[in-house]
Formats: sequence, structure tokens, C-alpha cells
Amino acid sequence: MTAIIERGAATAPVAQSEPPRRRPGFFGSSNGQKAVMAVTGAVLVLFLAGHMVGNLKTFAGAEAFNGYAAWLREVGYPLLPKRGLLTLVEVVLLAAIVLHIWSAVALARRARAARPVKYAARRKSQAGGYVVHVMRWGGLTVALFVAYHLLDLTFGVANPAGGAASPYQRMVEGFAPGRWYVTVFYAVAVVMVGLHLRHGLWSAFQTLGLARGRRGLQGAAGLLSAVLVLGFLSVPFAIMIGAVK
Amino acid sequence: MNLTLKIWRQPSPDDPGKMVKYHVKDVSPDMSFLEMLDVLNEGLILAGDDPVAFDHDCREGICGMCGMVINGVPHGEQKATTTCQLHMRHFEDGAVVTIEPWRAAPFPVIKDLVVDRSSFDRIIQAGGFVSVPAGAAPDAHAVPVPKDDADDAFDAATCIGCGACVAACPNGSASLFTAAKITHLGSLPQGQPERASRAKAMVERMDLEGFGGCTNTGECTAVCPKGISLDAIARMNADFLRASR
Amino acid sequence: MNYREGEPIRDTKAPDGPIEERWEKRKFAARLVNPANKRKLSVIVVGTGLAGGSAAATLGELGYQVTSFCYQDSPRRAHSIAAQGGINAAKNYRGDGDSVYRLFYDTVKGGDFRARESNVYRLAQVSVNIIDQAVAQGVPFAREYGGLLDTRSFGGAQVSRTFYARGQTGQQLLLGAYQALERQIAAGTVTMHARHEMLELIVSDGRARGVVVRDMVTGEIESHLADAVVLATGGYGNVFFLSTNAKGCNTSAIWRAHRKGALFANPCYTQIHPTCIPVSGEYQSKLTLMSESLRNDGRVWVPLEAGDARPPAAIPEDERDYYLERIYPAFGNLVPRDIASRAAKNVCDGGRGVGPGGLGVYLDFADASTRLGRDAVEEKYGNLFEMYERITGEDPYAQPMRIYPAVHYTMGGLWVDYDLQSSIPGLFVVGEANFSDHGANRLGASALMQGLADGYFVLPTTIGDYLAGARDFGPVDEVSVAEAEIAVRDRIQRLLAVDGDRTADSFHRELGKLMWDYCGMERTEASLTKALARIPELRAEFWRNVKVSGTNEELNQALERAGRVADFFDLAELMCLDALHRTESCGGHFRAESQDADGEALRDDENFAYVAAWEHTPEGPVLHREDLEYAYVKMSQRSYK
Repeated sequence: MTAIIERGAATAPVAQSEPPRRRPGFFGSSNGQKAVMAVTGAVLVLFLAGHMVGNLKTFAGAEAFNGYAAWLREVGYPLLPKRGLLTLVEVVLLAAIVLHIWSAVALARRARAARPVKYAARRKSQAGGYVVHVMRWGGLTVALFVAYHLLDLTFGVANPAGGAASPYQRMVEGFAPGRWYVTVFYAVAVVMVGLHLRHGLWSAFQTLGLARGRRGLQGAAGLLSAVLVLGFLSVPFAIMIGAVK
Repeated sequence: MNLTLKIWRQPSPDDPGKMVKYHVKDVSPDMSFLEMLDVLNEGLILAGDDPVAFDHDCREGICGMCGMVINGVPHGEQKATTTCQLHMRHFEDGAVVTIEPWRAAPFPVIKDLVVDRSSFDRIIQAGGFVSVPAGAAPDAHAVPVPKDDADDAFDAATCIGCGACVAACPNGSASLFTAAKITHLGSLPQGQPERASRAKAMVERMDLEGFGGCTNTGECTAVCPKGISLDAIARMNADFLRASR
Repeated sequence: MNYREGEPIRDTKAPDGPIEERWEKRKFAARLVNPANKRKLSVIVVGTGLAGGSAAATLGELGYQVTSFCYQDSPRRAHSIAAQGGINAAKNYRGDGDSVYRLFYDTVKGGDFRARESNVYRLAQVSVNIIDQAVAQGVPFAREYGGLLDTRSFGGAQVSRTFYARGQTGQQLLLGAYQALERQIAAGTVTMHARHEMLELIVSDGRARGVVVRDMVTGEIESHLADAVVLATGGYGNVFFLSTNAKGCNTSAIWRAHRKGALFANPCYTQIHPTCIPVSGEYQSKLTLMSESLRNDGRVWVPLEAGDARPPAAIPEDERDYYLERIYPAFGNLVPRDIASRAAKNVCDGGRGVGPGGLGVYLDFADASTRLGRDAVEEKYGNLFEMYERITGEDPYAQPMRIYPAVHYTMGGLWVDYDLQSSIPGLFVVGEANFSDHGANRLGASALMQGLADGYFVLPTTIGDYLAGARDFGPVDEVSVAEAEIAVRDRIQRLLAVDGDRTADSFHRELGKLMWDYCGMERTEASLTKALARIPELRAEFWRNVKVSGTNEELNQALERAGRVADFFDLAELMCLDALHRTESCGGHFRAESQDADGEALRDDENFAYVAAWEHTPEGPVLHREDLEYAYVKMSQRSYK
């Protein structure tokens, strides 16, 4: 018998809602992690936009493109040391990438812990079901691509022209018509980036609480992603079909 | 019509469960899904078997007690419909129907299709209220509320707390549920004094319960019987970030 | 079944004097408990609907130690959540001549002069506070563009005093109470036990001191003790099996209390709601209400000729009978619920019903669509139309809805005094579970008002007066606890041991059909006598032949149901007895023998202006009468013509 015979006593054990746990803090909370992802994602998008515009210099010829590449190293000189701003940008980008991946991993782990038993029926997506896969696997694909991309065009290690060649040369030789498979690989990766952004851009607004009127923002995100993809693809394809030599 | 049902059977929280196949005959298209299960259970009881345990109460789509994942979709594929309001006329004769409980770590299975959703109550306890003792309220017309705000509040307040959003979310997130309450109270002048602390406390509680984070997939709103909008989550995010500053 | 006449009873708690001062007087006379002592006093609240949720939250806020129970998985699921239409309050925000007195008057008249004037007046007074309280909690009532609250008129009223939140007023008010309750749970003043069902009342030394509950997950039988017990367990409409109640709604809590000595008042007063979706087949498990507000714009009709099987569109205007408009020109389609329901039954009995089995009438929005435009109709009733289409598969924009009356609310319940205390000291009853303020018929939008009035404003004051004397209560007698627990265990064992070949649901269906046919919208001496002969037979078969699978020590929904059905049998018998003894017609209780030349209900004020409060004794029921006096509202025959 569970009764305690005493006036005024509730007999059932009073459920302490939870043993006091350490508060997780901003970065430990799901919303904090999402905010980190949104902010770092925004930084990366800004970089991509700049990168894309810079790429278009290819169409202005070797001199302009190489000049642009050199300018990136000298901007602000002598106020800043050579490569000063570029190094700063690189540090920020690296931090953004690391934090972006960290938050992605943290959220993915949280998600896995939240559903220890899977559904037996194949999940039928009722919304844009591709999103999750694109974001997680797509993100991984993009990360691998970035590694190759740096080896190819930044360090020149994986580039036929080698690290000592001018940036323009590396670009033109890297995407030479004979190396069409590289271009195709780039195209696939860039489209992946575009899909990633299509959800990610809108998602960042949503996560930062700036989303009002979902459809409009989603449309804008799609448009911007498309512009970036086309901008990025224009150069290698132009080289591949021989329009730019 | 005749159907084959594949139902998750689990005698108690600690037992392993499994999918078990049943055949039901002479199902009328005018039956509700739960009435179809009633018929199955009547047969099971008379055969001396354990009837399938499932939660239900009002059977008119408002109490939020019923809920099962039907063919991989919480509450079935019919939009804006709870399981109790789903009718058999939407199924085809001879169909195979899989029926599973909500799957999420914070919703442990109690028996068969019955899960423990007390984590939702604890999220409300963290701050889903306006602190006002009975008897101290000013006249209802003392503070006019713009109709648009009242309508926003109402739209969010229609949440029935069924948990389909969690069941559908690939991350097992309770963001839509939590955001609905934050949006409801945060849209009204009466909810302003506690707005920031409410958002922070409720999100923290949601994390502590073990729900996943939101990645804006939109699966939740697609299955929500009341069509709660993703805009609610954006508002929750905004309130959370403001509170974290 | 025979009964004996007992001593008359009286409500001794309502003060004398002018009616508008009585509640003030009572509040002032009520003893207070100082805050430090409140912490030492405990209250059990069973049920978490509008009445129970608001009561537990308010008592917790006041500082009492509250333990709350509900059978659902969360207090937010209580069936108050399904109330659609609205909540009345005498705010007179419209300036259309409403007042506390008018709401009081309408409620007494609407209740067909079978409610207490003092209680009803208090209800009307408190109604204005409820709206203030709900708004402060963040209940999103409908508003106009100026930002002020919108109101509408509702069945049986000629002023616009019903506040609403689209078609989900009950949901929004309940969530307000639920949130207040959760706030107290977080504060530690209320301990919540969801998935617990009360199966026995513990009475010690003549006072209600606790409850025995079953943990519906583990099957454990637990006793919980306190200084007072509040029952807020709702109505017993599910005795009819098919009703608009939730599937889990049951009478067990109040019936157990009745068996322990609480008087049960007016069990036969049942409200049949006129606008429900008709039954579609044998497997039907519950009925769904379509809000009464539909009658504001819909027109009710049946074919003029019996047996006219043409589809509605093929029936020309002059071959339709808009019978409510014809019989009640003043109120038309807006007559009170009991009248609209019986009129529907009459036309169907005359063979003019529509749909499967001829049990339905049309509710037609064609005129409204022409007059207001389809968009306006959609704006007002869109969600209800959707619900109708989801259930029936028919499009109400294209063809008229079919509706039929269904059991909706029970005005009867445990007898309480002005303090809401039952005949067992320390047992308080609030909301639909008490015999309440609605007399023989409840007006639309008054149930939410009563539940919240009881829970937020009345009970917290009156229970304080009782608890102020708690120092003299003494310890709970261990024997009474042990006996109550043993009784619960025995009953469960008995149910499990029968091992027959019929399910509890099958018995429940048969009992419900019997009650609907013999003790439903229309009752006669013959039908009630038949029911009283049949119920004991069916009950005997139940205890001989019911099949309950599984064991007690698990989540066992078959066992839960069987226990509830067993209590419904006993209640059904008392309902029929009460209906048989009340040979007049009043409100929701229509005795075919008592009608005027036009077929309208005929009250017998000379012989029946009393509350029938039934006492349970081993020798059978004992009737105690509480005479009703009307000093303010003159008794008159209701007329809505």
C-alpha cells in the first residue's frame, strides 16, 4: 500500500521535474548552434559572391585577371602588410568553415540522438524531402570539392600548369578542352553548392529570425543561388569550349 | 474493403517491439481510421489477444491525443487531418498499411502505439504562459489588440500538441510546437513582459528534453493538422537571439 | 426499481438579502486561511478541464498544496477543448441592452425554471471577470479592426454577448487554464498525475479525505490523501455510448462519490444538441458536433412529403418544409437546443428524415451563399464545412448538410450547495460534474462560463472557508483507506475473472441504444419502465459474460473501458428512475405524457419545482427534494413562438 496516513501529505512522490543540469549556454543550445551555422554560412556566401565576380575577370583577358589576382595581394599596401587583407580573409573563412562544420556535426548528432529507433516504413517526405540529404551529404561533397579546388587552382599542386604559373594560366590549362572531366566535376560540385545555398540562404534568414513571408525569400534564395551557379560555371565552360584561351 | 495492417507491437517500454501483420475484413469507407482499429481490437479481445493500444480521446481532431505514423507519414497523407479524422475512403481495397508510433527519444513508447509526450508539458512549464493570478486582471477592453496581431496569435495558438511535427522532423525537433506557443503569446501585448525570458527558457527546455535542432526542412508544417506556419519558428529564433544578447 | 422519499434538503450556504449582494456577502463571510497555513493544507483536484484546470491553478497560486489527476496523457486534452461556439459574459460591450440581470434572467428562463436563482445570479456576475482573466492570460479571442473584442449572438439569446475564438473557443480557454496550471506545476504548488484514473473516494470520519487512483500505465493502485477533494470530472453523456463527448469521458469518479454518500441531482436532465453529424453506420464510435453558430445562417428543412427520396437539389422550394421557421416564427432557426432537437426528432419520426436510416434533416446554406456570397460563408464557417466534408465525404457548399441531434451535455450531476460543496463535507464538485446552474436545459455558450466561474472565482473562495477549519479534521482513518483500496482491487479482479465472450464496448453499445431509445429525446412511462426492466438484465449479463483481456499490471485499455461501463449501468438505472418519477416535461427532459395541444413541453411547477437529489443506500435510492423558489424571475411557460 502506498498511502501515508498523515494529514495534508500528498502521498505520491513529488516528481522533481529534472535534476538540475548545467545550463547548456548559447553555443550548447540548438538555436545557438543554428545561429552559428547561419552566420558562418552568410560569411561564406559573401565570399562566394566576391569570388564569383572576381572569376568573371577571366573574360577581360589574362592581364586583367592576373592583375586582379595581384591586387588581392596588395590591397591596402602600404597601410597593411602585403597579403594582409587576404590573410585576414583567409583566417575568417577558415574559422567560418570550421564553425559551419562544427555546428552541422553538432546538429546532426543531436538529430541522431533524438531518433534512436527509425521508422519501418520508408519515410515519405511531405515537404522538399531532398533538403536534408543535400545539406548533410551535399555539404560533405562540397567540403571535398573545396579541398581539391584549393590544390588545383590555389596551390597548383593538382594543376597541369603547376604552382609557379600565373593564375590565368592555371585557370585556362586546368579547364582546357582536353580536361573536360575536370570541368564536369566542377560543374557537379558547383550545382551541389547551388542546391546547398538554395536551402541554406533562406534557412539563414529563418534561423536569424529575419524571415517574413516565406515564399518571397525562398524565391530570392533560389534566384541568388542560380546566379552564383551560372557565374561560376560560365568561366570553366567558356574555357572548355575554347571561347577563352 | 479488406486491408492488411502492419502494426508496431511493443508490450512495455523495456520490451523490444516488432511489426506484426493483421488482416481486417469488411472495412466500410465511411469508418474513421480509429474505428477501423476499434473493429480490429474487438476481434483481438474476443480471441483472447492483447488489443492494440493507441491513444485517442475526443475523436474530433482537437484534443491532440491521437497520432500514429501511417505509411511513413504522421497522421497519414491526408493534409490538415488528425488520425481520428482520417477516413477509410482514402485507402484502397487490398492496401497494406503500416502503422507506427511517433519516433523520438523524448517520446518513449509506453505500449504499442502509445508514447509518453510529457516532455511537451515540461516545455510549456518552462515558460509557455502569462503570469497572471485569478482575480487581478484589468478590464478586457483596457488594452486594444490590433486584429492582425490577434489573428497571428490565434493561428499559432491552434496547435493541439499532438507531436506530429516531432514525428515528421528528420531531426526529431520540437521547434514547431515550441515556436507556436512562443509566437502565440509573443504576438499579444499581454505576453510582452515575459517574451524574452519565455523564448530562452522554452528553447533550453526543448534541448534538455532531447529533441533535435531545426534545419528548416518544413516537414513539420506539412504534416501539422492545424497548419502552423514555419514563420512561427522564425519568430522563435528572433526572440531567442534577442534574449541571448 | 423502487425508491423511498427522504427528508427534504436545503442549500444553507446562500446568504439572504437582495440577490445582487449575496455573493459579496458570502465572500466576506467566508473564513480566510493565512498564507503560512495554506502551505500546510492540501487539496486533490480530479480532472483538468476548464473547471478542474482553473481550480487547480488558482488553488496552487493561492498557496495550497494541490495534487491534480487526469486520465489523459496531458491535462491539455480534457474535453473542454472541443467546445466550439463561445462563452457568454454580461459585458454589454455592444450597448445592446445586456446586463448581469439579463444574463441571469435568460439563464433561469433557458433552464426552464429548474435552477437556483442565487447560483445563476452569481454566475452572471462572475462572467465579466472570466473574460478579463482570459484576455490577461493571452487567450486570442476574436477581435474587430478597432482592436476591441468581437461578440456574436447565440441560440436562445437576443443580445450579442458571446465571446469567441473562431470555432475553437473551448480550446483557447482550456489552453489558458492549462498554461496557468503548468505554471503552478513548475512552481511546485501543483503535483500533476496524468494517466491516472480515480476509482474510489476515501471518506474518513464523515469527510472526503482522498482518492484511490489507478496508474493507467503500470496498473498500480495508489491512495492519495488531502484535506479536501474537488471533483471536476465532467458529464456522463457517454452513458448513451454515442455522444459528442470524448471517448474517455465517464461517470466513474462522480458515481463512486455518489456510492460513498454524495447526493446525485437531476440525473435525467440531458442536453441533446440539435446540430450533429448523423450516424453513418454500426461501427460509429462517437458523434461530432457542428457548432450551433451554423444556425445563424443555415436554414433547417425536410421534404414536405414523407418518403421523398429525391436528392435535395431536386426538391423544389414549395415542396420543402422549413419547419423551425414555420412553427417558431419569432426565433426561427435560433430556438433553444431542446426545442430544435425535438422538432428534428418529430419530423424524422414522421418519416420525413433524410439520409441513411432517415435520421437526419437538412441544414441549408444556399440562401446564405446568395445573400452574403460564398466567400463570406467560407470566412465564417469554413473550418466547420471542412470538418463536415472530412467526416461525411460530402461538400456542404454543393449540397445541404445533414444534421441530427446527439447527446451533448448533462445538466444533472452531484448535488452541491452555494459553496459547491456536495453532501459529503470536504467533497467539492465543479463544472459539468455538478448539477450546476443550468437547471433543466443549458443555454449555448454557458458551459464554458460555468466551468471557469467555478474554477477561477467561486471554488477558491468557498473552499477556503472549509479549509479554515482543517485544524479539527484529525488524521485519516487507516481503515477507510484500506477499505477503499480493497474495493478497487476487488472490482478489477472481478472484471478480469469473468472471462466471457462479449467485449465491454459491445455491452456499452447496447446500453447506449437502450438509453437513446427509452430515455433519450422523448420519454414515456412505458419506455422508462421498459428500460428499468432491461438494464438490470443487461448488467447481470455484463458481470456474467464480459471479456476483458490482459492483466491489471499494464496499460490495459480494455480494463479501463470495462470499469467505466460497469458504472454506466448503475447510473443509467438512476437516470431512468429520475426520468420516470418526474412526470412533467421540462428543458432537456421531455415526457410525452406532459405536452400542450401544440406538442410543446408542459411544465408542472406545482408538483415539480424542485431539485431531485438522490441518495444511494443499500436498500435502494432515496429521494431528497430541494424546493426551488423564484423571487426575481416570474415562472412562466417558455415560449419561443
